Amino acid sequence: MTDGTPRPGAPAPDPDLLYSEDEEALRAAVRSLLADRGAPATVLAALESGAPHDTGLWRALATDIGTAGLLVPEKLGGHGASAREAAVVLEELGRSVAPVPYLTSAVIAVTALLGCGDGAGVAAPLAALAAGRTVGVLALPLPTAPGTPPDLAVRAAADGTLTGRVTSVADAASAALLLVPAEGTDGPALYAVEAAAEGVRTDTVTPLDLTRPLGHLTFDGARGRLLATGDRARAAVDRALLTGAGLLASEQLGVAEWCLAETVRHTAERTQFGRPVGSFQALKHRMAALWLEVASARAAARYAADALASDSPDAPVAVAVAQAYCGPVAVRAAEECVQLHGGIGMTWEHPAHLFLKRAKSDELALGSPGRHRDALGALVGIDAP
Amino acid sequence: MTDAADLRRRTAALLTAHPPATTGRLDFLRARFDAGLAWVHFPEGLGGLDAPRSLQSVVDAELTAAGAPDNDPGRIGIGLGMAAPTILRFGSEEQKQRWLRPLWTGEEVWCQLFSEPGAGSDLAALATRAVRDAEGARSDAEGGGDRVVEGGRDQGVEGGGGWVVDGQKVWTSSAHLARWAILIARTDPSVPKHRGISYFVCDMTDPGVEVRPLRQITGEAEFNEVFLTGVRIPDAHRLGEVGEGWKVAQTTLMNERVAIGGSRIPREGGMIGVAAEDWRARPALRTHDLHQRLLTLWVEAEVARLTGERLRQQLSPTLNSVRAGGAPTGQPGPEGSGMKLAFARLAQEISGWEVEFLAEDGLTYDDWTMRRPDGVDFTGREAGYRYLRAKGNSIEGGTSEVLLNIVAERVLGLPPEPRTDKDVAWKDLPR
Repeated sequence: MTDGTPRPGAPAPDPDLLYSEDEEALRAAVRSLLADRGAPATVLAALESGAPHDTGLWRALATDIGTAGLLVPEKLGGHGASAREAAVVLEELGRSVAPVPYLTSAVIAVTALLGCGDGAGVAAPLAALAAGRTVGVLALPLPTAPGTPPDLAVRAAADGTLTGRVTSVADAASAALLLVPAEGTDGPALYAVEAAAEGVRTDTVTPLDLTRPLGHLTFDGARGRLLATGDRARAAVDRALLTGAGLLASEQLGVAEWCLAETVRHTAERTQFGRPVGSFQALKHRMAALWLEVASARAAARYAADALASDSPDAPVAVAVAQAYCGPVAVRAAEECVQLHGGIGMTWEHPAHLFLKRAKSDELALGSPGRHRDALGALVGIDAP
Repeated sequence: MTDAADLRRRTAALLTAHPPATTGRLDFLRARFDAGLAWVHFPEGLGGLDAPRSLQSVVDAELTAAGAPDNDPGRIGIGLGMAAPTILRFGSEEQKQRWLRPLWTGEEVWCQLFSEPGAGSDLAALATRAVRDAEGARSDAEGGGDRVVEGGRDQGVEGGGGWVVDGQKVWTSSAHLARWAILIARTDPSVPKHRGISYFVCDMTDPGVEVRPLRQITGEAEFNEVFLTGVRIPDAHRLGEVGEGWKVAQTTLMNERVAIGGSRIPREGGMIGVAAEDWRARPALRTHDLHQRLLTLWVEAEVARLTGERLRQQLSPTLNSVRAGGAPTGQPGPEGSGMKLAFARLAQEISGWEVEFLAEDGLTYDDWTMRRPDGVDFTGREAGYRYLRAKGNSIEGGTSEVLLNIVAERVLGLPPEPRTDKDVAWKDLPR
């Protein structure tokens, strides 16, 4: 272990693991919007229309309610809130598997830009992202984990032109602004590239999770604007990935919550052998065990959000714990949802499959549970053999 | 409103008036109780100041720093965790005054006479009988000269005729040390099982109370069997109304689950800390498989710790967190059952991992001598002991299977199990 890494026994002092009144008010606004505009049947219809995301819903969420600017300071055009509030938005988005680029644009891209300092090149794109006018994405494969420098597939020439290919970038097709980590002539660098610029190609792929589209980005001499270099570029990208991973836990919590609630509702109503199937112990125990996991996932996700919000030195541990725990819980909740719904759980009409696909895709996103456990081992002094 | 600064002032005053270095242990504990600094969320005059429960840590930290003695909470856990909240909620003023102070100082140890050989998970099926004490009642009527229990000893709470109790209890921790027991017994066999139970405080030194050690899987006798033969209990030692004992017992049981699953622990506290230290100390025994499993358990232990912390914040918001929705009730809900479930499973998995990791050393056992410990010592003994003792964690205080039913029905609102004994008088149930 190196100096400055958090030690076991040193979690953040007095973390606040509950929700504030303001956070509950934000939740109510987002939930109400999603109930009107993002019901699972609507989500399904929108997906089949072929649009990369629901632009009407995104505008209402990002601009009208103002969630896109939560992480941006007020002087830079945002709302000056914190990761705690963004986490509440993600819980609600998880509960509805809404196809909107919140995690990618309003969390990860915004955090990456904030890490580039306050130069003039940053202020304008940040204001556009904060207002929800522009969708931006960090051009890295969705499975990229925080904590280790990613292998950079894009090279930057001395004149600022970019060449290379980045696969499986979430919400790539929606993005107007690409934040591209590249290997420059003097080490790592972060560039801003307009998706519509010459030399940029986006190939969409058919994703497992229809609600979070993926695209491959090819840069062939595309012109980039330099945002940061060296340690600053590396730190900006890592902070973006850390924040994304920590807040993804809240989305996973929302996915798991919906799955459990729907399963309880269904099994309490569905009758077989002359009794509601939810009265059978074999099923009850599975749902009760799942409730315990969901309650635990909430504590883990809240701690990660609180640690990120307070910039705690324990944040890397908090995020690794949350990701190692919440991803599998969301998957298990979705799998139980499909199973305990019986035949209906296997149909295209029932929304359970949307949650299963999101949960499984989320488990791989921003580092698999195993990668986060490995990272944790190094952080807390449980070294590999 | 008593705040942290006020508590610091009161703690400093206590330490000035009763310097720990020159004050006897018991004298200090009594003075602390009388100053309202024992359990600050209790009422004034009963060891508390009606302060938020979360502020207890302020007092504890100051007293620990000053080298003050504690009340050995591990030894008197049943009194603190189960009897005290029940007495506080259902006891008369006289009962509270008589029992709470020596309970807290540890002068009087408490035990719990609930489980029976025929009534474990189905606790309400209990068969221990309490019948009105005809003789005692007559004595009272004849002028009250004779007391139900013979004179000359500390009598507890006086008055109101009495009861005669016969039956057998089991799994009783601390019975061999206890002065008092909380006891549930059947007072009306002609009504369905939950309705004919009453709740008493039993004097463990009374004639007719026989305590026998119950040796268990670990080799030690941490628990006891308790045989009750013609034990006389004054009616003034009843908590709650006659026939309402099940309701009173619910308070005890909810607090028991919180006490078992909800104590505040630091990161790597308890068994996961022992396992992690084993890992750090013995690199030669490491394998990739054991590394992966230890990290998984570490994550689960940390998440369980955070979940317990969150539950505590819900029960008793701290000052920087009064923004929690709704006023804290201070009463544990069914979530406490969830925490007990999590800790039981983790203790079993971690201790099983540890025995396996230790390889040849995991094949040995420290001591099979029949002993009667004061309490469970999960970290003071070797891995084999932890492994075996942890098997009880999913049984004591409600089996994990029953707790899952409780969570499913009371938290998730799932339809109840069909109950064939629901409207049948207890005396007519098949046994």
